[in-house]
Amino acid sequence: METIEAHDVVVIGGGPAGLAAALGARRAGAGGVLLLERERTLGGILNQCVHDGFGLFLYKETISGPEYAERLIEDVVREPIKVETGAMVLDLTADRVLRVNSRAGYRLVKAKSVVLAMGCRERTRGMIEIPGTRPAGIFTAGSAQNLVNLQNLRIGNQAVILGSGDIGLIMARRLTFEGVAVKGVFEILPWASGLERNVRQCLMDFGIPLELRSTVVEIRGRDRVESVVVAKVDDRLAPVAGTESVIPCDTLLLSVGLIPENELSKRAGVELSPITGGAVVDQTLMTSAPGIFSCGNVLHIHDVADWASFEGFAAGERAARYAAGERVAGGTVRISAGPNVKYALPQFLTSGAAGVEWSFRVARPLRNVQVLVKGKATEKVYSRKKFGRLLPSELQKIKVRQTVKEDLEVSCHE
Amino acid sequence: MADKKSAVCDVAVIGGGVVGSAVLRELSRYELRLLLLERDADLAEGISKGNSGVIHAGFNAPAGSLKARTNVAGLGMIYGLAWELGVPHRKTGKLVVALADEDRSRLEELKAEGDKGGVPGLEIVDETAIRRLEPLARGRWALYSPHTGIISPYEFTIALSECAWQNGARVLLEAPVGAVDFRGGLFHLATPKGTFAARWVVNSAGLFSEDVARLAGIDDFRVFPFRGEYLITDKDCGLRLNLPVYPVPPRDDPGLGIHITPTLEGNIILGPSAEPVEDKRDDASTSEVMGRLKAEAGRLMPELSRVSFIHSYAGIRPKLVDPSGRDRFGDFIVEESALRPGWINLVGIESPGLTAAPAIAVMVAGMIGTKEDLRPKPDFDPERPHRRRFAAMDDDERTGRVSGDADWGEMVCRCEHVTRAEVVAALRNPFRARTMDAVKRRTRCGMGRCQGGFCTPRIVEILQDEGVPADRITKRGGGSRLFYGRLKG
Ligand SMILES: Cc1cc2nc3c(=O)[nH]c(=O)nc-3n(C[C@H](O)[C@H](O)[C@H](O)COP(=O)(O)OP(=O)(O)OC[C@H]3O[C@@H](n4cnc5c(N)ncnc54)[C@H](O)[C@@H]3O)c2cc1C
Ligand SMILES: Cc1cc2nc3c(=O)[nH]c(=O)nc-3n(C[C@H](O)[C@H](O)[C@H](O)COP(=O)(O)OP(=O)(O)OC[C@H]3O[C@@H](n4cnc5c(N)ncnc54)[C@H](O)[C@@H]3O)c2cc1C
Repeated sequence: METIEAHDVVVIGGGPAGLAAALGARRAGAGGVLLLERERTLGGILNQCVHDGFGLFLYKETISGPEYAERLIEDVVREPIKVETGAMVLDLTADRVLRVNSRAGYRLVKAKSVVLAMGCRERTRGMIEIPGTRPAGIFTAGSAQNLVNLQNLRIGNQAVILGSGDIGLIMARRLTFEGVAVKGVFEILPWASGLERNVRQCLMDFGIPLELRSTVVEIRGRDRVESVVVAKVDDRLAPVAGTESVIPCDTLLLSVGLIPENELSKRAGVELSPITGGAVVDQTLMTSAPGIFSCGNVLHIHDVADWASFEGFAAGERAARYAAGERVAGGTVRISAGPNVKYALPQFLTSGAAGVEWSFRVARPLRNVQVLVKGKATEKVYSRKKFGRLLPSELQKIKVRQTVKEDLEVSCHE
Repeated sequence: MADKKSAVCDVAVIGGGVVGSAVLRELSRYELRLLLLERDADLAEGISKGNSGVIHAGFNAPAGSLKARTNVAGLGMIYGLAWELGVPHRKTGKLVVALADEDRSRLEELKAEGDKGGVPGLEIVDETAIRRLEPLARGRWALYSPHTGIISPYEFTIALSECAWQNGARVLLEAPVGAVDFRGGLFHLATPKGTFAARWVVNSAGLFSEDVARLAGIDDFRVFPFRGEYLITDKDCGLRLNLPVYPVPPRDDPGLGIHITPTLEGNIILGPSAEPVEDKRDDASTSEVMGRLKAEAGRLMPELSRVSFIHSYAGIRPKLVDPSGRDRFGDFIVEESALRPGWINLVGIESPGLTAAPAIAVMVAGMIGTKEDLRPKPDFDPERPHRRRFAAMDDDERTGRVSGDADWGEMVCRCEHVTRAEVVAALRNPFRARTMDAVKRRTRCGMGRCQGGFCTPRIVEILQDEGVPADRITKRGGGSRLFYGRLKG
């Protein structure tokens, strides 16, 4: 392959994060911005989310997923940003060479900086090791959403939903609208993993039962799902013998978690966090691979698209500045998750950085909480914030205005 | 009756697993009218999809038994055959490890049996050699078998039948033989697709060969189904296994013991267990066995405790020995029925049947050859056009493919990097197997870490573009439909 096409900033993925990243890069003055999306259309997951509930923070009103995407796309096409859809990035190297395939051709692309915005994929039956047969009628909630919302296909008549992730909750309502009997949503944890408003609007309003501390322990049926066996679980999440019941159904939807889609990041040698499943980043959202930035669901799972977009704007801007030659000293200050905190991001800071905002998630539901950002060595409190209630399903933010030179810990106290 | 229904063939093969397909391909060398009848919506839907995919060397069965002889002979043929047919395979070698010194004698027994049966190159090796051959394995001593390998069993099966088809054989899917009638010197095989008359019948119906034999009035066999469950890891699980690692065969296990096997793509397979089951089609996985697989495999390779799995599956052994009886060994049955001359039974073809299949096929041809003159076809083509996967191509080849046909530029599977061109080619297979699983086995779509989450909606679209209405899309034929019509929307 003789010629390698060169760009300043290449953004991989055209969802709410990637679209914002392309805009952010352009607005920060990047000359050549290339946005690559493997689907036929831009918008990412938003295209399947025909319900309202997007844009409250970015546009100060609630609109549907496709409308939210449309607004960002309009801004993108007004800019001199090169957009390619149906173009999948198959490989990324540490020195930022991308292998791209599309109907227009297969080629190599070289970037001065790269923004990862590939979103996430769904956890599957195999990963959670559900025993039983292997019939038709088992779908992840997201692919069911695609088949139902985009292809108008009826995926079943009686469904059970395992896992209370947002997609599962939204599909419970959608299937009910379509006349599918949703027999119940089963969640292994003592709390719902989707947003509270989705539990209310998608389940309670339709009388769909949500069973906590329970799971599917067996799938039955040879050709098509015929029933599932559900059981209660104990504190170690192991099924309790004697609590099994059989639920006849022809469809099982899995909404058991999302995993940041970091195959490309791995190929480029980007260091990943075992907790978020996404890259470890500094305050500029740069990964351990110089010139490679990350934002949106590929960095950590977002429940609100707006936050993914805000991260995108920031990552795009930093990528543009990197492409223009700006270098930020490596992150030496480490931020760790303290009591009751699942993770805090970014995980690293350049010593002396100020005005940094953290995203964090709590490890369990908490009431009357004080969130603290403390110095590890000095015990100095850099920031504190009070919340009436915090749920693991909600991503939260906390900001530190001061200059930071020591390792920090984010913790929550009831 | 329609013309085609009354057409007489020389040999009808019942069952499109690896054994039936190997027989069909072997017989397609000769001037014979051949027909293969398969019950399911694709080939390799039976035992031939649920196994370890190991090309065995032949030291596990007593020297001189049919199992040992067809295994060693099959080993001598299978690599060349896989190459001719363009089937993914690799000679990896294999280790049978003894964790304790006192098990060394068991390795020596295996080696002696293998040496006696003509298995090439067996060697007892020590801890250092084990480490060198497979840094992940543990063990004090091991039997090293350099000629063992791995192969994609379903691709091998499909390729054998496709090659036979190229050479003139007919293959009918969704054609279960439900009744057999012997009149006018011919076997009349009744299927939903018509009744077919044949001079010879090869019964290679796997687990169901006893039932098929019974249709012909032969009540000689009793098959005991023994299930083997597996777990399979992501190919990116952080561990790279060079070769299959087996334990010393446990004395009380009707199988070879739970082992760890690499796939050609780099996944690791754990299994199989060995449990008697009531129903020959009961290939469910159980949580109890999943736990045991992890525990036992962890003894051979502690690192496995950290990995996550993407899928579970099971295969069922057609054993000829009663699980409660004292007999441990039941040999393959490859024989022409004395009661019904012209009817050849292949029964109890459990492990190492995948490896032995080419040799069994030669035996079958030999049986027919003793009764009639088999004339070789002058234009027999032993090869099948080799297909290169997009994922395996280099940059230049990819560039060329996509500029020639834009379908190579459209990615359908994100995990295994399969293109639309490959899916369309798979759907246009000569047997018209057009299920989701048919696409999966031919292309690897859906075999990766997302397990079809990404490609399912895309394949559904392509199937419709290729003329399969949404209502007729199934996972594997029969009642395994995916959809119940369209929504009002
Ligand atoms: C069902 C559901 C309901 C939701 N409901 C709400 C809601 O009501 N309100 C709200 O605010 N938020 C909601 N969210 C959250 C929000 O939609 C996500 O947080 C947001 O879409 C994440 O954006 P992203 O750009 O990171 O990822 P995505 O939207 O997933 O975009 C990633 C894009 O990258 C592309 N891509 C991936 N790999 C490659 C590659 N190798 N080459 C090229 N392109 C690639 C993908 O095709 C995709 O288009 C919901 C999410 C889901 C799943
Ligand atoms: C757990 C396990 C692990 C194994 N591992 C290995 C290994 O590593 N190496 C090795 O060499 N061997 C291995 N084997 C053995 C090997 O897989 C089998 O010997 C081989 O696949 C048998 O092939 P077959 O064609 O006889 O049976 P099948 O593949 O089952 O084919 C029989 C076919 O007949 C069809 N059929 C049934 N009834 C009818 C009817 N009435 N009409 C028409 N068609 C019918 C079925 O649908 C089926 O497709 C293993 C087996 C098991 C179970």
